[in-house]
Amino acid sequence: MAGTIVTEELACTHCGARCRDQALSVGGDVFCCSGCKAVYELLHSAELSAYYGQATPPGIKPSAEDSSRFAYLDDPAVSRKLVDFSDGETDRVSFVIPQIHCASCVWLLENLYRLNPGISRSQVNFLRREVSIQFDPKIVTLRQLVEQLAKLGYEPRIRLEHFERVERRDPRRSLYLKVGVAGFCFANIMLLSFPDYLNARELEQTLFPLVFRIAMVILALPVLFYSASDYFRSSFYSLRSRMINIDVPLALGMAALFGRSIYDITINAGPGFLDSFSGLVFFLLLGKLFQDRTYERLSFDRDYKAYFPASITRRAGDSEISVPVTGLIVGDRIIVRNQEIVPADSILISGNGSIDYSFVTGESTPRPATSGAMVYAGGRQVGTTIELEVVKEVSQSYLTSLWNSATYAKDSRRSISTVADRFGKYFTAAVILIAAATAIFWLRRDVDIAINAVTAVLIVACPCALALSSPFVLGTAMRILGSQNFFLKNAAVVEAMATADTIVFDKTGTLTINEPERLTFDGAELSDEEIRLIKSLARHSTHPASRRIDAEFQAEPAAVREYAEESGMGISGLVNGRSVRLGRYSWAVDDTTASANGSQGEGSVTYLAIDGQLRGKFRMNNRYRAGIEETIRALRADYSLAVLSGDNAKERGRLTDLFGANTPLRFDQSPHDKLNAVDSIQSDGRRVLMIGDGLNDAGALKAATVGIAVSDQAINFTPACDGILEASQLHKLNKFLLLARASRNLILASIAISIFYNVIGLAFAASGHLSPLVSAILMPVSSVSVVLFATLGTRLAARRIGVS
Amino acid sequence: MYVIVILLGASLLVATGFLLAFWWAVRSGQYDDTYTPALRVLFEEKSVPTDTENTTKPSSEIQHGG
Repeated sequence: MAGTIVTEELACTHCGARCRDQALSVGGDVFCCSGCKAVYELLHSAELSAYYGQATPPGIKPSAEDSSRFAYLDDPAVSRKLVDFSDGETDRVSFVIPQIHCASCVWLLENLYRLNPGISRSQVNFLRREVSIQFDPKIVTLRQLVEQLAKLGYEPRIRLEHFERVERRDPRRSLYLKVGVAGFCFANIMLLSFPDYLNARELEQTLFPLVFRIAMVILALPVLFYSASDYFRSSFYSLRSRMINIDVPLALGMAALFGRSIYDITINAGPGFLDSFSGLVFFLLLGKLFQDRTYERLSFDRDYKAYFPASITRRAGDSEISVPVTGLIVGDRIIVRNQEIVPADSILISGNGSIDYSFVTGESTPRPATSGAMVYAGGRQVGTTIELEVVKEVSQSYLTSLWNSATYAKDSRRSISTVADRFGKYFTAAVILIAAATAIFWLRRDVDIAINAVTAVLIVACPCALALSSPFVLGTAMRILGSQNFFLKNAAVVEAMATADTIVFDKTGTLTINEPERLTFDGAELSDEEIRLIKSLARHSTHPASRRIDAEFQAEPAAVREYAEESGMGISGLVNGRSVRLGRYSWAVDDTTASANGSQGEGSVTYLAIDGQLRGKFRMNNRYRAGIEETIRALRADYSLAVLSGDNAKERGRLTDLFGANTPLRFDQSPHDKLNAVDSIQSDGRRVLMIGDGLNDAGALKAATVGIAVSDQAINFTPACDGILEASQLHKLNKFLLLARASRNLILASIAISIFYNVIGLAFAASGHLSPLVSAILMPVSSVSVVLFATLGTRLAARRIGVS
Repeated sequence: MYVIVILLGASLLVATGFLLAFWWAVRSGQYDDTYTPALRVLFEEKSVPTDTENTTKPSSEIQHGG
């Protein structure tokens, strides 16, 4: 029935979009729009057409909006905040450009200097979707730079958060260096220990042992003072706060190894344990490196500033200027266009407001606003341009005040007590007891043996295998989850997930798909003619229900006469001479006293009457994510569940079917309500796993033991959380939680293995027989076997659960 | 046999050289982004210009679609 006849599928040379009749063609090249054509010509004239040689049509359709929206970048206060570095001659600035998607993008962005003489150098970090540009501010301004990028289709995403400079130092750099140094020293010390391993007695009388041992001590110094420094620092802090963590016995063991070795070498009693010492530090740091998997593209610490725009159009007299939102003061008049976000609580002055608060409140349908109505920050205007007057500054607005609540004042680095740490407490106590007993036993006979035995106990009891088990189990689990598009902030989240006993869901965007809602019609099937009547009428209204109905049907619209729309009631009109009424029951039957019987409040219902006859009703229901039913059913067996929805209660029936009668369902929850609800559940001693998606869940996600943000695309905005789960994987949630629990069991099993090694070692040590050779064998064997057990065990568990 | 002491010193010296090279590589940010450079090798031209290249642009044009 569709009127378009597709003669030939033409792909735009620039962006690859299919273009049919409206294609522009220039010398054999086809373009879908003038924007694409302009970019192509620009690149061609600058001899940059190699852009198109890298991958098939790589281009991005440039936005057609005019460039005055970048005017705020001319403000020196703004550019000072955005520019990373400036010395008057060259400025350096970094932009996030989400459109970067292929090698051609990298190529073009790194060849910007050929398009603009003011740009001296640009470098792309693909994973971060970031380009860092060096430019001469005397030739090109920041605004011109952004305009240039926008013209090419690579418009940078500048948000409020970019006004706050965060020094991003890569902590991995220092870890790499520490591992490198430890590995270097470990390997060389082992090499120098070989004569001792081979028991080369003939060398004893010469100078060699001394030279070798001095070299070993020199090599061990950087390991102690540089590579191992974090362990000593951490155990110092933990002792000061009277919380013994796993680093305490580790530091004790390292100190004993090093001290005993120096003692042995000075009194010429033997080669010491420097090889074991440096090996221990090296393996521990490797474990740290393995555990420290980071996802470059993702950010787990975002707040509203990442969502709010950096600029807004302000009315100044008769003119409109684009200003940074931080400069907004009470009383300013602002202009908000279609799809733009209201940055501060304001009062609507003029225009038809239709504010989509789905990101703030979770309510799925846009809310109409008329002159004088309060519009809250974070709402997105859908429809025509509106003018507002600011009544509260950005940081004082309703939504942003969430970030002033106590949850955010708390130290953001919530300490998750790990299994290893809790175990470390008892372990340390046991080690000190055994060492003391050994000392008392031997001191009565021989002081030398006492020193030997006590240091040997401390050396052997060093929980190296124990300290390695959890990084490797959790690191492996984290990688497996990452391959399933479930990205965790750090490995400790796996353990926290294993301890959760309550799961709280948000509704909109988490259990349901945001748009479009499912439209069903109750009544006899509509004929083509009736569909045409309905569509003709519905297309005249901006009400969400009308728009949904309009989008559902394909028909040639006819003219409408005597169109009438009454807010909150419905619409009516004459189409082809037939009367059509859409709206509430009383509106549809045109009888103000009538009311529909039964089935109220189940989805939002729109009644239809044609020629005065009630024809049926349209029902709009949230669309639930695929596979969610089975997942909820599986979770109900092991967890207590709850739903906190910012939306109204119209979905109560469906949710009760899904979750069962005993699950608490709360509706109309404000962001603060959600936060308080999670807090109150947790004050009963339960551990909550919160799953949400929008800014309205931000507080609850933060308060929960584990907060997981669901996102349709991981690179999209997500509120601060512990993990980002791609929405298509939500149905695997029960499996992910099973894997987390299996990981915790594996850590416990590895602890058992490491205790076994410790007991063997202790038998040697307490009897005073721990030779450097025994230590040199025992240390790597126990470490390697625990690492193997941890990684293979986790992979096996994942395969059994079905998530690998 | 004393030559072994000299050899020991020499080998440590060489190894230290590599350690310093590693140190420099990490500090200069070569490990910060391990993905983009892999894309960069696919380009035919040098993408990051030095100061001299900045003034004299390469004139070889790559034909579209070639």
